Amino acid sequence: MCECCVSNEKDIYLPQPATITKRRMLNGTELFLHLELDGGKELEYMPGQFVEVSLAGIGEAPISISSSPTQKGLELVIRNVGTLTRAIHKLQVGDKLGVRGPYGSTYPVEQAKGKDLVFICGGIGLVPQRSFIRYVLDHRDSYGKVTVLIGTKCFEMRLFREELAMWEERRDMRVMETIDEAHDCWSGNVGVVTTLIPKIEKDLPGSLVSICGPPVMYKFVLMALAEVDVPQDSTFVNLERKMKCGVGKCGHCQINQYYVCQEGPVFRYSDLAHVPEAI
Amino acid sequence: MSVSTVSKDQFKQFVEALIRSDQRVVGVQQRNDRFVFDDLATADALRLDYDVTILSPRKYILPQKEPLLQFAAGESYTPVHEGAPMVLLGVHPYDMASINQMDQLFSQDEYDSHYMNRRQHITVIACDVVTPSENVFAASMGTATVEKGYDMLLTDIGDAYVVQAATDKGKALTNLMPQARPASEADLDKCRAVQEQNQQKLNQHVLECKPSYLPKLLEKNYEHPVWEEKARLCYSCGSCNQVCPTCYCFDVQDEVNWDLKSGTRYRAWDGCLLEDFATVAGDHNFRKNRSDRFRHRLYRKGKYVPGKIDGQIACVGCGRCITACTSNIANPVDVYNQLMKRTDIG
Ligand SMILES: Cc1cc2nc3c(=O)[nH]c(=O)nc-3n(C[C@H](O)[C@H](O)[C@H](O)COP(=O)(O)OP(=O)(O)OC[C@H]3O[C@@H](n4cnc5c(N)ncnc54)[C@H](O)[C@@H]3O)c2cc1C
Ligand code: SF4
Ligand code: SF4
Ligand code: FES
Repeated sequence: MCECCVSNEKDIYLPQPATITKRRMLNGTELFLHLELDGGKELEYMPGQFVEVSLAGIGEAPISISSSPTQKGLELVIRNVGTLTRAIHKLQVGDKLGVRGPYGSTYPVEQAKGKDLVFICGGIGLVPQRSFIRYVLDHRDSYGKVTVLIGTKCFEMRLFREELAMWEERRDMRVMETIDEAHDCWSGNVGVVTTLIPKIEKDLPGSLVSICGPPVMYKFVLMALAEVDVPQDSTFVNLERKMKCGVGKCGHCQINQYYVCQEGPVFRYSDLAHVPEAI
Repeated sequence: MSVSTVSKDQFKQFVEALIRSDQRVVGVQQRNDRFVFDDLATADALRLDYDVTILSPRKYILPQKEPLLQFAAGESYTPVHEGAPMVLLGVHPYDMASINQMDQLFSQDEYDSHYMNRRQHITVIACDVVTPSENVFAASMGTATVEKGYDMLLTDIGDAYVVQAATDKGKALTNLMPQARPASEADLDKCRAVQEQNQQKLNQHVLECKPSYLPKLLEKNYEHPVWEEKARLCYSCGSCNQVCPTCYCFDVQDEVNWDLKSGTRYRAWDGCLLEDFATVAGDHNFRKNRSDRFRHRLYRKGKYVPGKIDGQIACVGCGRCITACTSNIANPVDVYNQLMKRTDIG
């Protein structure tokens, strides 16, 4: 090996060890983790970015950062869908995992200053949006009205219930939730997340709107927003794609000319509206 | 640049000396009726008159499977950098052009030290084409000859080679050619003639536009019947990706040792024509249809990758995909020309 061209610090595929300091199940499939990087280091990230989470011998997956840089440590929410995520679900407080990043584009936290904000979240889409929302709440005076719409498939799947209850009590933000299927313990809205949009219709046109949810959700939400003339350049989407490297090399995340791991996952909708395959 | 001439006998002695040196020497050799890059045991085995190799020299620069990291218990990772000195002997200009593109792609933005370390340990001896292959169209792509990237370039002028040493590594190699003499004007004329001829001859499929038009041509033809017409016959076998010198997409996988704790994280070639290349959780496939994947490959060559490397087209006209595709649909020129027929590119 030749030392001149090789430095470990610059190795783009090298995870840093981190330790799980808190863990709890948010529902039957989603695990919440609070991590601290070993050696007391802090990851310098902004809302919207993601990390590659690694378990030696199993592999890596891109996972959105759910905490805000205004707090200590790193919070992630991991849905149990396959080999790596299943193994992560078995980890306990004190166990280690590897983290590299942060990667990708950020939510427009600067551009949003002074504006009214609307967050539209479907299912696990609340996870990255929570980073932006918490950032805004920690700089509350810099932003206008804050509205959060949350749609969840069923009552049992609802995420961050205590935190949502706290948000609902705040007078400086508005939270509206809906679930797709009615449930005995639920007296709130029933229906998909788009059914909440008419309720805030008059606030939408001047607002900056941030959307995150499963691939099928975008089309319907964007159609509903178009009907009330929300400009495409004040709408932001957070897209999921297959990813392997996170650093613009492996080709997996590509949507046409865009590398989602670098130019995304957060996109201004006007940049994507004419890109086939994107939405 | 220093330019000299060596006779073919003297060149053979040079190759013998190279093989005896402490570097690994990989050169083009015949296997049955085709050619491959492989470790060179004798100078006699080297075939610089080859037409095209089955796989491109990419297999040494971005190997099919390459370790990135070693891991041990407790999430401890150590990078692996495997680069060892190697001479790649007999790289054709179109393949050199593809290596130049990869060099840019792996060094810009996020610097890939694994690729770059391996690359910096490789000395490339390129050679101008002697025998055009049945499907080469490098002349259409502007890659029938190449100006940079190699350490040394050989041009066959009949009974001798004109040798251009372009870098310090290349000049150091000329020490192993003590009998080389400065190239005469006549030698240089012959050398230029070979190159000019190749710029005409290496053109079995003629692209009906300048390569620089391709991004615009593609931009106008996302919805075009040709994608479905061709892709109907596609097996999603990925052979066109495997043989292509400019394909560099990869997968990352872990392999665990017997102790079940330590092991290696590898990267391995992947291909955008394979069905699950863009599939995520919930079995959602962002390019489910064969035609989406078929189109993606040609857009990557003609539009997306060029957008990253100052407009250079990421097809160098080697023709390997044409030969490899059993359905006979992978020919980029055929697709681009069909688009040309129905488009006014202004
Ligand atoms: C930018 C980004 C942010 C994400 N944020 C989160 C998050 O906060 N929480 C969360 O739980 N998940 C998130 N995901 C999805 C998560 O990366 C995948 O669920 C995970 O990679 C599955 O890995 P696995 O080994 O458990 O599954 P596997 O056993 O590999 O496969 C199970 C299923 O997941 C699919 N899959 C494999 N790799 C990926 C991949 N890289 N991306 C998406 N699907 C994949 C497979 O095709 C298969 O259908 C995010 C994905 C992206 C691109
Ligand atoms: S080689 Fe031909 S059949 Fe195979 S994936 Fe490529 S285009 Fe399809
Ligand atoms: S697309 Fe085909 S002709 Fe072009 S560089 Fe790749 S293998 Fe060669
Ligand atoms: S994830 Fe590898 S290029 Fe984006």
